[in-house]
Amino acid sequence: MSTYWRTFKTAAWLGWEMDSNWTEPWLFVLYSVIKPVAGAFILVLMYIVFVAIGRPQGDTDAFSYMYVGNSFFIFVATVLFGTFQVIQSDREWYQTIRYIYISPISYYVYILGRAASKIAVAVFAVAITLLFGAMFLGVRLHLALADVPMFLVSTVLGLAVLLAIGICLGGISFLTAKHTHGLAEGIPGLFYVFCGVLFPLSILPTWGQAIGRAIPLTYWFEITRRLIAPTITVNTTLAGFDPLTILLFLIVSSVGFFALSVLIYKVGEYFARKAGKIDMTTSY
Amino acid sequence: MSEAKARRSDLRYRIGLNLRAVKGRSYPRIVGANREPSWIFFEAFLPLLGIAAYVFVYQFFGGQALAAITTKTTAAPWGMCGHDPCANAAAQAAAAAAVGANTNALVASVVLGGTMVAFWLNVLWSMASQLYWEKEIGNLQLYMMAPMNRMALLGGMAVGGMVMTSMRAISTLVAGVLVFGVIFQVASPLMLLAVFFATLIALYGLGMMFASLYLLWGREAWNLSALMEEPIFFSSGFYFPLGGLLRIPGWGPAIAIAGSFIPASLGLDALRQLTLGSTAFGSNFWIFDVTTELEILVGMAVLFLILARYCLAYLETLAKREGKLTSRHQ
Repeated sequence: MSTYWRTFKTAAWLGWEMDSNWTEPWLFVLYSVIKPVAGAFILVLMYIVFVAIGRPQGDTDAFSYMYVGNSFFIFVATVLFGTFQVIQSDREWYQTIRYIYISPISYYVYILGRAASKIAVAVFAVAITLLFGAMFLGVRLHLALADVPMFLVSTVLGLAVLLAIGICLGGISFLTAKHTHGLAEGIPGLFYVFCGVLFPLSILPTWGQAIGRAIPLTYWFEITRRLIAPTITVNTTLAGFDPLTILLFLIVSSVGFFALSVLIYKVGEYFARKAGKIDMTTSY
Repeated sequence: MSEAKARRSDLRYRIGLNLRAVKGRSYPRIVGANREPSWIFFEAFLPLLGIAAYVFVYQFFGGQALAAITTKTTAAPWGMCGHDPCANAAAQAAAAAAVGANTNALVASVVLGGTMVAFWLNVLWSMASQLYWEKEIGNLQLYMMAPMNRMALLGGMAVGGMVMTSMRAISTLVAGVLVFGVIFQVASPLMLLAVFFATLIALYGLGMMFASLYLLWGREAWNLSALMEEPIFFSSGFYFPLGGLLRIPGWGPAIAIAGSFIPASLGLDALRQLTLGSTAFGSNFWIFDVTTELEILVGMAVLFLILARYCLAYLETLAKREGKLTSRHQ
């Protein structure tokens, strides 16, 4: 266990250094904020344009729904990318995977450690985005003190599910060429569409709603929105689930996805070794 | 004059050499990528999902607006038409039709923006970052020793990138039409092609210029590319008409002007006018007319290519002088 912890700590430190030491700290903070805030502003402008031509009285409920969902989606994009890009960056870019892989550590734990620094940056970006929305854009946020423990537990469970999904993708990327950016855009895109991040599931066709209901992150977004923006009245079609049921569902999901991540990781690793792809480079 | 020197000063030989270099550098992107078929799934199908999300956002807004129009209350028996109750059934139907038309136009804007996103990402990650990437994996020194012009190398990367990215761009357009039912009305196909190619040449010219700058910047380059995703999608109006920014007093026009330095901004504005009609959105959101935008794009294309040529020559010399040409992981 102490080896796992040491691996995790060292990998987290390494990840942090790789992410942040390319520039001055103030520039890194600015960099960490600009990207998510600009992403939120795309939605703000989409809303402004629609209101200007289609709904002059505005729709603050729809806007708040979308803004809160988008803010928490920063976790999805960052944690997923932070996890599955580790294999490809070590393999293709730094070409260090062979040395790390043969060292006496768990590569699975090493990946989790590398992702930890990205989670830290994501927490900061989510907080800034929400604060900006509440202060300047009229997003209605209200987290009651009594709801804080449940909010923290649900956030940790949501992140655990995301890390497990990230490792699943990492396992697959053992076998693929340098598709990090396709994956970085595409897999979060899957959750962006089907998990009720920006719009309620009712907008999707029936089959799309079924997919959304089968993804645990849908419930994570639902409970998060209920806890920090309880006044939003948009019908999410998930009103039938009470918060404790959702929490229980998240616990079961995180355990299930953890098991799945170990399985996919091991299978991917096995076939990569068999095909001699552990340290391949595909630099076209 | 030695035979080798004589050949190097022969114009026909030099043109042939550089064309072969263009072909040689574009070959791995066009043919090599197709040997790894998984890229079709990752580069063409998956990114469609992100675009679909923005499409559904507009459909969500459209649905909410339609619900407000069709919901009958005692105070508004024909629903709400904007701030006031609808006068009668005809006014209600007209308001509902306007919401439908606007939603279609906005969805079409997202689809067009999605095609341009593919090219912009290719410019960032496979053009601008490429020389830096080549340096990291140790190919750059081989390129520098080869006798062709460096612009031929960048030209080959651009041609290969355009062809490779077209797959994703076309799948986005097809999905827009078939899945989301977007209706495009192309009145002037030749103008459309002219704008499209002028935009691409200007974009890739910008990418060539960035490539040389990135060569000097080292590790900041990767982060700079990452930084030029969402902020550029926002400031260049990839998912909404750029004119929307002009409606925000103060910072809106400043952001729009800054974003216009990326050729995709004006290119998208012109493409939207040519495919949706200049009367779409009540003509409220266009920056310039199409001809003016085409002229600016052609100017940008020429300017960026010239700047790329000079930047490359200058920064190559600088990188050699500072010993950074082959230094990796810095």
